[in-house]
Amino acid sequence: MNTAEWIRLAAERIAADAAHLSRLDAAIGDGDHGHNLERGFAAAVAALPEGDAPPGKVLLAAGRAIVAKTGGASGPLYGTALRRAGKALGDTPDLDAAGLGAVLQAALEGVRELGQAGEGDKTMVDALAPAVAAYEEALAAGGDLAACAAAAAEAADQGAQATVPMQARKGRASYLGPRSTGHLDPGAASTALLLRALADVA
Amino acid sequence: MSVGIVIVSHSRALAEGVAELAATMGAGEAAVAAAGGDGRGGLGTSAELIEEAVATVSAGAGVVLLADVGSSVLTAKLVVQDAGGEVVLADAPLVEGAIAAASAAAAGADMAAVVAAAESAHGFRKT
Repeated sequence: MNTAEWIRLAAERIAADAAHLSRLDAAIGDGDHGHNLERGFAAAVAALPEGDAPPGKVLLAAGRAIVAKTGGASGPLYGTALRRAGKALGDTPDLDAAGLGAVLQAALEGVRELGQAGEGDKTMVDALAPAVAAYEEALAAGGDLAACAAAAAEAADQGAQATVPMQARKGRASYLGPRSTGHLDPGAASTALLLRALADVA
Repeated sequence: MSVGIVIVSHSRALAEGVAELAATMGAGEAAVAAAGGDGRGGLGTSAELIEEAVATVSAGAGVVLLADVGSSVLTAKLVVQDAGGEVVLADAPLVEGAIAAASAAAAGADMAAVVAAAESAHGFRKT
């Protein structure tokens, strides 16, 4: 699959949904998530290598730009996810189903390590972890890249929705304590959106 | 050669104020820099700003970061990862930690001792 196409589509979807994501963040955080990510992904698109770069190089370039330009917690987290994914791929010229699985796994490990969040903390991990698990399950069942990515996107959507009743234990929302319940976590929502974009280009 | 200190905050004003306060410790001997705001005049955190601040206070003895909340902490951790050993994040309250760290750094403490001084600020009681 073409990782640059994914970054471009992700940037479009983030831009279209920026106001919504920021509103989700305003409920339990500082209200900048969508607009931060819009700026970060626009920078990622601008930083994409020219021509047919290997998928790992594309993800590294996008991750670096997102770290540099995003501004909120999502910058280091998504930037780390993409940089780890890029490093996992190295100079591999083609991304196949097993390769994308390894990429998603590396991204999840990077996010967990930096943010120290586990499942149930009401963060992007609640969308990303089930997505990685669903991808691996689909892969083990013999699914092709598109089928595995679709399974991951579906699991991410469900994982994001499951954050609504959770009480935040990480990030700015954790300062709200019980008042953080009843809201969709903006990071989980944007992760679901990014994985939907991935499934749509796969 | 003293340990450098960088104050990371969402707010440029807050980072600069804490840095100003901390720099007065030890008769101004401590190298303290502020990395506050998103670099475009708004609230937020910028990895680029932190890296620039680290460069300005780095004198070969290491740099200790102190961060306020949320993305400041994550961005500081990322800078630490990328720096590979010369830069560490102290798990400390921002104002008290910065003052304690600057006092230790001005007195010639090494990086581990500056971190320990910053982290000891958790125990400063006010009542």
